[in-house]
Amino acid sequence: MSDYGAALRRRGLELFSFTGGFLWAVRIAAVVVVIWGAVGSLTEGRLTFDQWKNLVVFGLAQGSVYALIALGYTMVYGVLRFINFAHGEVFMSGAMIGFFAARELNQHGLWSDRPVLGILIVLLVCMTTSTTVALIVERVAYRPLRQRPRLILLITAIGASFVLQYAFRGLFGAGVKSYPSIEALQGSWRILGFNVIKTQGVVILIAFGMMALLYTFVERTRTGRAMRAVAEDQETAELMGINVDRTIVTVFAVGGAMAGVAGLLWGLVFQQVFFFTGFLPGIKAFASAVLGGIGNIPGAMLGGLVLGQTESLGPSLVLSGLGVPSAHQLKDVIAFLVLVLVLVFRPTGLLGERVAEERA
Amino acid sequence: MKQHRLFWLIAVLVAALALVAAACGGDDDDEGAGGETTTEEPSGGALGTVEIAPGEPIKIASLQSISGATASLGTDQVRAIEIAIEDFGEVHGRSVELQSEDDGCAAEGGTTGMQRIVADPQVVGVIGTSCSGAGVPASQIASEAGLVMISGSNTSPSLTSDLEGNANDAFQPGYARTAHNDLIQGQAAAEYVFNELELTKIATIHDGDPYTEGLATAMGNAFTELGGDVVLATAVNKGDTDMRPVLTEVAASGAELLYFPIFQPEADFIVKQARDIQGLNAATMMAADGVLSDTFVSIPESEDMYFSGPAQPEGSAYEEFVGKYEEAYGERPIQAFHAHSYDAATLLLTLIQDVGEDRDGTLVIDREALRNALYETEGFEGLTGTITCDEFGDCADPKINILQNTAEQETIEQVQRNVLFTFEPSE
Amino acid sequence: MAARFHRPDPRRTVVLGIAGGLTAVFLSAIGMVEEFIKRSLVDPEVVLGYVTIALVPFVFAYVVARPPPVREGIAPVRPGPLTLAAGAVAGLLTASVVSLFVVITTEVNVRGVLQNVSPPLLETLTFHRGVGQGVVWLLVGGTLIGAGGAAVHLIPARYRRPVVLAVVWVLIFGLLQVLIAQIFRGLKVGDTVNPFLYKGSRGLTIHGAITVWIAAFLIALSLEGQREAMRRRLAEATPAVRRNYMLVGLAVALLILAVTPQILGNFLSEVLDLAGIFLLMALGLNIVVGYAGLLDLGYVAFFAVGAYTGAVLTSPSSPEWNPAFTFWAAIPFIMVAAALAGIIVGTPVLRMRGDYLAIVTLGFGEIARILFLSDALKPYFGGAQGIIRVPNISIGPVEFVTSQDFFYIIYALAIVLIYVSWALQHSRVGRAWMAMREDETVAEVMGVNIVAAKLQAFIIGAILASLGGALFAHKIGSIFPHSFNIVVSITVLMCVIVGGMGSIPGVILGAIVLVGAPELLREFSEFKFLLYGALLIFMMQMKPEGLIPSRQRAQELHQDEAAQDAWLRREALGDTEPEPAK
Repeated sequence: MSDYGAALRRRGLELFSFTGGFLWAVRIAAVVVVIWGAVGSLTEGRLTFDQWKNLVVFGLAQGSVYALIALGYTMVYGVLRFINFAHGEVFMSGAMIGFFAARELNQHGLWSDRPVLGILIVLLVCMTTSTTVALIVERVAYRPLRQRPRLILLITAIGASFVLQYAFRGLFGAGVKSYPSIEALQGSWRILGFNVIKTQGVVILIAFGMMALLYTFVERTRTGRAMRAVAEDQETAELMGINVDRTIVTVFAVGGAMAGVAGLLWGLVFQQVFFFTGFLPGIKAFASAVLGGIGNIPGAMLGGLVLGQTESLGPSLVLSGLGVPSAHQLKDVIAFLVLVLVLVFRPTGLLGERVAEERA
Repeated sequence: MKQHRLFWLIAVLVAALALVAAACGGDDDDEGAGGETTTEEPSGGALGTVEIAPGEPIKIASLQSISGATASLGTDQVRAIEIAIEDFGEVHGRSVELQSEDDGCAAEGGTTGMQRIVADPQVVGVIGTSCSGAGVPASQIASEAGLVMISGSNTSPSLTSDLEGNANDAFQPGYARTAHNDLIQGQAAAEYVFNELELTKIATIHDGDPYTEGLATAMGNAFTELGGDVVLATAVNKGDTDMRPVLTEVAASGAELLYFPIFQPEADFIVKQARDIQGLNAATMMAADGVLSDTFVSIPESEDMYFSGPAQPEGSAYEEFVGKYEEAYGERPIQAFHAHSYDAATLLLTLIQDVGEDRDGTLVIDREALRNALYETEGFEGLTGTITCDEFGDCADPKINILQNTAEQETIEQVQRNVLFTFEPSE
Repeated sequence: MAARFHRPDPRRTVVLGIAGGLTAVFLSAIGMVEEFIKRSLVDPEVVLGYVTIALVPFVFAYVVARPPPVREGIAPVRPGPLTLAAGAVAGLLTASVVSLFVVITTEVNVRGVLQNVSPPLLETLTFHRGVGQGVVWLLVGGTLIGAGGAAVHLIPARYRRPVVLAVVWVLIFGLLQVLIAQIFRGLKVGDTVNPFLYKGSRGLTIHGAITVWIAAFLIALSLEGQREAMRRRLAEATPAVRRNYMLVGLAVALLILAVTPQILGNFLSEVLDLAGIFLLMALGLNIVVGYAGLLDLGYVAFFAVGAYTGAVLTSPSSPEWNPAFTFWAAIPFIMVAAALAGIIVGTPVLRMRGDYLAIVTLGFGEIARILFLSDALKPYFGGAQGIIRVPNISIGPVEFVTSQDFFYIIYALAIVLIYVSWALQHSRVGRAWMAMREDETVAEVMGVNIVAAKLQAFIIGAILASLGGALFAHKIGSIFPHSFNIVVSITVLMCVIVGGMGSIPGVILGAIVLVGAPELLREFSEFKFLLYGALLIFMMQMKPEGLIPSRQRAQELHQDEAAQDAWLRREALGDTEPEPAK
């Protein structure tokens, strides 16, 4: 907070100026509304304690998928300082091709008989597809523009996102594709007093495993160090003998692979994919990355989880408590408002460093 | 200073142009009346006439949703209209030409498409739209142009009346439909749940689509009127995937039945995820015609679910129609409203046959007489039943079926035949 | 200087040839070729589907065979026999990849995965002659078309442009038959010209096509020399003279526009109305993005605010409160509502830049749509059922009913807003915006009030969009929340970027091309967004400054090249004095 305060003073934006006052009013109003709604909801006793706990688990599962996709946004941002808007479509491509693989395996009985092997194979397919798509986009759309203003890159990314969506629609049809379900993953486990649906449990497990793996990779390996160096200062990194081009390609590949994992998890949890599947989760993941502080890997994870909880708990906890009709229709409104509020409180996101303020 | 001079220059220019434009506009109107549109017979009605020269075809148009996410809805209807035209044969010894436009299932699409249609003064009538949202502005344009418009799938009450003798806001003279008013389906579902299933507490979910919202509201209102209790009326968004939080609310509300007349894929998520929520099972869920498809009823979790929907046409005439459809397009009808559009097209052609007059080889169709004849339609036998129009254009045979998908049914046709209850409003 | 013959790079030829093949396969597999095959351009044989797929080897061969640009100090090369050969090889390679695709998909049924690879597509690709014979035709055709693409370079420079342009015009005449036939009808010569040019609705007749080609060729040829002269004259003219030219041009353009709806008829006026509404929005977004450099991805929010405020105030059946104002009485309220919306969106994002701004504005766009749709606000805005019976606009006793009438309102408003937008650009505020766009910190140090400048941009942008929204509501006569989705934001952004950020003429062209064209070319509707996306990528790589660039932005984006040019010029002139690039 002190950073922000300093920034405010430096910019001559005083507390009592019009905007400063407005922003403080917004902050206070937000806190009051949230507390009011939550108290209303909890005292009403509409949902049992078990149901509240279930909502937390649902949010965790949804949030961990967001977090995985958000990793790709945040890593690319960390190195190239631009939002790869097409990343949601990279995720969709993995889920889509993964569907064909899963369908094929299911026809040969592998999907339900030996689920672990089946999932591993499909996981590999998803990761390969997403990585390939991410690399193609990097090569065709982004590399020629690397030295251009970032607005140009962002707009190119929007274009790439459209092309991928409608290319997949043209190639594989507009219909919704249903993943086959896995018998072994029906039902639920009881963990620490939480009722965890098996598919969601698997999803949370894989997501956290992948994030831990990625974190180790970035922090501990040579390539990871190169990435951080390039993120810090491209020119110096190059002078220190780091191959910047290759590092950037690696970043896209790793981000794509994470999106591929998310694609498979999407297939497991929601069992459906179509050409537009990437759009909304992509935007949510983008929001997660910003929420957590873009460019920051633990931030992306935290942002995803916070967003997941917001979507899951928000409507029931706050809106229903305020007596708003059809609260769940406003789920996305809450999600985006939380994003705006977090950025109003902390312009660099939850775990964001000063980087964004200085360079953004 | 320079800027000011330029400003005045432009201001003067604009003013001059406005004058020119007004003059041009005036000119054109004169010419229009004299030249392009058909000359009005003194005997013709206030809406003018269509005169078709010897040997020329009769032109009608269709305005259906044939692109985008709802393309299957409109494509199905356009095919049915084409078959209807072929079945009907010649009208007054002339062939019938169909102009097919897209309503995009949205207000803008309905406007643009209808503008294209009314641009041709020879078009007699329109079959459409697919979506109620497109129907609202389209019916206004059609009405102003004097056209007759019959829809085979608009169900929103706003386009016609509240069924108690009061026209609703969007009703336009010249508009009619062979699809049922949502109020009827809402009533049917409510009566079945309250009287037959003997449940008193329900929850409803819609997805923000005008159709689903209208139906969910109609069902809720009817149910309350019967003495039941809508304990939760909520909504999701198109594109939502995680339905578990909203289903948790449904379970917590104590509702005995969940009515969600929405579309795929959101409906799929609801039935699939409901098994994870304690207290919800398929026997307490009911959806509507939006999900009556093979891909939905083949979801294992949809077993024992109930559905409300317009009674499916049956009998030999319908079988014959399906045969022709299959032969022409290589698949069976893909949506729920083809028969309604077939009837709409046949009705329109019958009206033209009745109203049109041969005058020395020229076919003269009086638009107002055609419109009047439409609202006087009574006992017209179509594939969907007996069609009788009220003064606000509700013409459908108002039979609604309640269906159930049990372990025995596998395809949508089998489900369609598993009728538990048929609702007919008492007059 | 002795000119050498051009020797195309063999590796590049092979790579581009295969890339061309993959492109052609891609176009086929997404269903474009098959969808376009029904559309006849020139009766009876030239159909859009074949033109599309033939363009691929043509363009790739053209690129392969392009000789390097003439440079100072390097002996120029001229196209020779090897040029043709390279084009033919590239064409052959392209055709080979397509043939391979045809052979494989005939043997293996891939339709379970690739939905559009249907038997009819394969028949189309083999010219209905079976696989064996079809492949031969493909290979021969590909080679010839490739050679043809390369042969363009052999045409003497003076005739090259006119020849190609004339062919493009023939295709345009075929493609835009609806529009062109209607224009001739509007000019009262349709009865004679149209039957000569067109065969029913099946495209141009053969003699029609030839006539169009010759006419276009002659016009292009005669303009070719004059274009240079014109440009030189303009460059040499004093600012005052240049402004007079501009004014005359403007007056002519305005006059043409004034009679346009009469010529275009109702339906095409409708298309123009739609483009006009998007133009109003694009002008607003141009201020936010183009002048002030604030990337707003949720611009639809203001459009929706305008539409809903207008509808609530004017419709006699708006749910909660229906004063049933006239359009004109509602305008001040609409503008106030929009300004408030601008402040609500603008204030929280004051401290955000670039990507943060993008996601937050995108969020606001979605928030607006969902709120108007929501059951919670249904008592005020009608929820999913929208607001109907928005009346027509009238001035006194004159009611604007048809789309032709409506055009004049949009036209008048557009002129006013273009003027406002132009005046703002050259005002103090405009300069503040541009300074802020270049470098916020520096601008602030130089005394620009960043907070005020940003809020002004948001508020003015919001007001322009809201006027567009209000016109939209009155035009359609009923509004539903589904009309206000993110696609609107993206389309408006596209208009601004493709036209030329910060350039008013560019924005106008952008709105007409991007909103009007898809309405006219119904075959494209399915592929609209694919083409949009490809266009965005292409523009950003080739012409980031847009179709009609703002002079200033073009300079910024091509700084390096400008510096290089300046350096070269100095070299040539023997000038050694350093000179700033800008």
